[in-house]
Amino acid sequence: MPEEKTDRKKIGAVLVVGGGVAGIQASLDLADSGFKVYLIDQGPSIGGVMAQLDKTFPTNDCSMCILSPKLVATGRHPNVTILTNAEITGLNGKAGNFEVKLRRKSRYIIEDKCNGCGICAQKCPIEVVDMYNEGLGKRSAIYVEYPQAVPLKYMIDREKCIGCGTCQEICKANAIQYDQEGSEATLEVGSIILAPGFEPFDATLKSEYGYGRFPNVVTSIEFERILSASGPYGGLVLRPSDGEIPKKIAFVQCVGSRDFQIGNNYCSAACCMYGMKEAVIAKEHTPSKLDATIFYMDMRAYGKEFDAYYERAQGEWGVRFVRSRVAGVTEDPKTGNLFVHYVEDETPRTEEFDMVVLSIGMQPPKNVEKLAERLGIRLNKYKFCETETFSPMETSKPGVFVCGAFAAPKDIPESVAQASGAAAKAMGIIASERGTQVTSKEYPPEKDVSKEEPRIGVFVCHCGINIGGVVNVPEVVKYAKTLPNVVYAEANLYTCSQDTQKLIREKIIDNKLNRVIVASCTPRTHEPLFKETVQEAGLNPYLFEMTNIRDQCSWVHMHEHEKATEKAKDLVRSIAAKAKLLKPLEKPIINVTPVGLIIGGGVSGMTAALELAGQGFEVHLVEREEELGGHLRKIQYLLEKKDDPKKKLDSLVKSVMENDRIHVYTGAEVVDVYGFVGNFKSKIRQQNGKEKEIEHGIVIVATGAVEYKPTEYLYGKDTRIITQHELEEKIAKGTFKAKNVVMIQCVGARNEERPNCARICCGQAIKNALKIKEASPETEVYILYKDMRAYGFKEDYYREAAMKGVIFINYEDERKPQVADENGKLKVTFWEPVIKEEVEVEPDVVVLSAATVPNPDNKHVAEMLKVPLTKDGFFLEAHMKLRPVDFATDGIFLCGMAHSPKYIEESIAQACAAAARATTILSKKSLEMEGIVANVSEDLCSGCRICEYLCPYGAVEMKDKDGKTLAHVIEALCKGCGACGTACPTKAITMGHFTTEEILAQVKATLLEAKA
Amino acid sequence: MSDEKKFEPKIIGFLCNWCSYAAADLAGVSRIQYPPNIIIIRVMCSGRIDPSFILEAFKDGADGVLVAGCHLPSDCHYISGNFKALRRVTLLKKVLRDFGIEPERLRLEWLSASEGDRFAAIVRDMVEEIKKLGPNPLKAKEVEA
Repeated sequence: MPEEKTDRKKIGAVLVVGGGVAGIQASLDLADSGFKVYLIDQGPSIGGVMAQLDKTFPTNDCSMCILSPKLVATGRHPNVTILTNAEITGLNGKAGNFEVKLRRKSRYIIEDKCNGCGICAQKCPIEVVDMYNEGLGKRSAIYVEYPQAVPLKYMIDREKCIGCGTCQEICKANAIQYDQEGSEATLEVGSIILAPGFEPFDATLKSEYGYGRFPNVVTSIEFERILSASGPYGGLVLRPSDGEIPKKIAFVQCVGSRDFQIGNNYCSAACCMYGMKEAVIAKEHTPSKLDATIFYMDMRAYGKEFDAYYERAQGEWGVRFVRSRVAGVTEDPKTGNLFVHYVEDETPRTEEFDMVVLSIGMQPPKNVEKLAERLGIRLNKYKFCETETFSPMETSKPGVFVCGAFAAPKDIPESVAQASGAAAKAMGIIASERGTQVTSKEYPPEKDVSKEEPRIGVFVCHCGINIGGVVNVPEVVKYAKTLPNVVYAEANLYTCSQDTQKLIREKIIDNKLNRVIVASCTPRTHEPLFKETVQEAGLNPYLFEMTNIRDQCSWVHMHEHEKATEKAKDLVRSIAAKAKLLKPLEKPIINVTPVGLIIGGGVSGMTAALELAGQGFEVHLVEREEELGGHLRKIQYLLEKKDDPKKKLDSLVKSVMENDRIHVYTGAEVVDVYGFVGNFKSKIRQQNGKEKEIEHGIVIVATGAVEYKPTEYLYGKDTRIITQHELEEKIAKGTFKAKNVVMIQCVGARNEERPNCARICCGQAIKNALKIKEASPETEVYILYKDMRAYGFKEDYYREAAMKGVIFINYEDERKPQVADENGKLKVTFWEPVIKEEVEVEPDVVVLSAATVPNPDNKHVAEMLKVPLTKDGFFLEAHMKLRPVDFATDGIFLCGMAHSPKYIEESIAQACAAAARATTILSKKSLEMEGIVANVSEDLCSGCRICEYLCPYGAVEMKDKDGKTLAHVIEALCKGCGACGTACPTKAITMGHFTTEEILAQVKATLLEAKA
Repeated sequence: MSDEKKFEPKIIGFLCNWCSYAAADLAGVSRIQYPPNIIIIRVMCSGRIDPSFILEAFKDGADGVLVAGCHLPSDCHYISGNFKALRRVTLLKKVLRDFGIEPERLRLEWLSASEGDRFAAIVRDMVEEIKKLGPNPLKAKEVEA
């Protein structure tokens, strides 16, 4: 404010540093919750490492397919400003009111003018090594990082550019500016989120693996590009040295991770899974038989459904796993084949492979110390961002938050969850300023065109010479004019440019157009722009249609000008037939009750409640037990030692109980939930037996999980056999004494009944073993394990335990340890794989690392909310990779151990994430839904319920009307896929904007012969 | 028209918005060339594709129909539309012969957004196959009649 410089004034804007998937997610959550976002990235486009990946585990989803809608949403969001080629040079102020100084490198392109048509790159005579393809391909000196890049603005690589002037000559948009200079900028923001990601480990530092010397040794990220259909070899797995298809590939794990020599002691947390995925996908992509072998130390498949993937990799896909750290790789210079040297069964072995893939770890981003210094945040000893267990998104500087791999190495879903969590934190401190920095668009009142004859206007784009150089655009325009109901047609140099938008608006008004067609590029990126344009001219946006005469015509029939022109005419005729039938659609507006219901009062539920309350929303928190706390009540101390979980629990409970906005119901249960996003009504059965009805806009499921009660290893029959929780309690009480302890891992997990890993037991065993050693160093502690899954920085404690004399012994399923009571003495027998002998010990106590299993209530809660469970009985999110805390049903979210077993910091991150996702709804007075929804004609509906059964979103409900049961679409839940309309036997369901009549008209028109 | 030699099949492609249409776009961005015999009709989901659309297309003279959606099992933007398409197209293929249409004229493919080259290859392959089959037999009958 100009009058006086008070540093109290908060600013409703957030700076997000780093445009990878974490930065993108944080930006979208903030922008959708009423805050202005500045998203900065060092590079020329956003997308990060995920944009380079081929497939993602454990679903083998295509990475670009799931990422690009998010890229487009970020690029188009009215509240997100993307600043590329930018870095922070200074920071002033404090939480709530920061001043950030930026320096931006020049693009040598005027961003506002560049349409991303790409003709410059086609004509550029210079070839440069393409780093998006990890150096395996070539690009031009003027370039975009990848075809789907956002923003789609070209950049000149001035180090490589020879200044020939070709691009300047060819660019019809006059966007080239060779003498453009870098710029400085100052931003005012209330909080900052750091999401700068990670730097892949430099594999040349492990010279024994030959990377950089042997062409057929590649890194895992290079291999992602090799696998990708858009990569240098078009998705064929080929050897870089000779382009031959490999028959045998070795994957070497832990390159630059768990490595004391290099100083990267930590585990990079994602490599086991991506290594496995790359092996599986390589086998899929190779027509001949491919042998894939993974050399690993521990297979850390600790995430949700990861072990099931591991099982399939071994069984169904036949990937071979060898537990051994590879000592070195040498090359046969004649063939380019590689010899992998390793030790198995204490015997040195050498095996020949055609190719070696190094699973490289994650390092902190480059220049991170400079960034940390400028921002005043502390780094940990590995130079990742320092955080605490109970505040996993908070840096050492108030108002600056962190997410993604910069906080600790992690995979995509964890990064996404933490990003949403960071968004919650970032908006929490500026909640009072919500909506102050954002702009909402106003449109003129909509014209009623229902009584008018269709009057179609067609705008055909030259796209510079991208279309016009192949398709005879004037001829297409002339042809369009002959089509039924087309009253206007013209050609544009760039239909998407700013001046053309103005022109389209004028033509709509001058020619009384009531349907508009643009024949240009893809609706996937450009339809929203044109829809806005017609709306600005007073037309309903659904009266717009688009046809793709570039990506699907001129670019793919470049040498067949005549045929391409004919096809462009066919495409225009086809879409015009549809346009004629287009109907205005209303976007349903639904009101939102700004109240949250949270089921479960453990650390996740309480954290989510506090976050929502901090945002200014009322919360009902329902806990089944008599007191709040959940699983956290059983945790006596932490592996990371610093925080006292008991104190933290008490302060959490106190904050929740003292918060006026949070209504706590203990000893209570949610018994019924009706309604949909924004408008739920639920019944809570309270402790006194009375039912209370509440109204709320969202639901967060935080039902937690429970410790498995073992049936194995004499548990329950002998008091000397206890679980980790029981041990922890004894240690905390000071009643634990033993000279010899054996811990057995994976009890009730990774077996036939429960194939997945319970994730937290390895850390728990290490934690308790260290505690025992601390009190009594002479006590012998054995940990019998299948894989020690001490991922991330937990690896440090694994090492510490080993250094302190905890004995770790690997066991296989075929040779599980045996526990027996022989004349009152406990006896544990197990196979010692190094000395290759059965070993017997006589411990005082056997500790079972019992799995964490789903809350038995989940089934009931899932049925009530109509949300799915996994086979194991945990809740199943909308998408394993990019929507970790959402359900497919809008307005319902999940977090914590209801999702899968996890550590406290991970539960807190998810809880904050669920709160952020919920805020995107609760912060709005009303929600505008997509207009493309299904509609039921009650006259035709026979009430057969097929649609109700088919709808994956629960958007169809059956209603009684005049004695008939009829289907009814809850517009707020309908996503417009059209599956119901297709299945309806009486054709009672109409699918907005994709009606059967429209599609059939399109079919018919397409199959007419072009006649111009 | 000297129709016999120069038979150019007309193919309708019903493509879902999220993966397969994106694959067709990527073929364009990557400038992968394929014959211009296919006209794409965009729908939001392969689960929207009604068998009647396909039958109408054949009735109206299409020489081939491509239905494409997101990869099984879990790429579908609408969770399970691809499975619905799979069931419907599989069934339809079984009855097409009864209508006098070779089932080879109808193809169901799963395409991810990064498979531009595969999209182009499928179109090339379809055009070749259908050229061997000749024009839509329903069209020939109409001419006879």
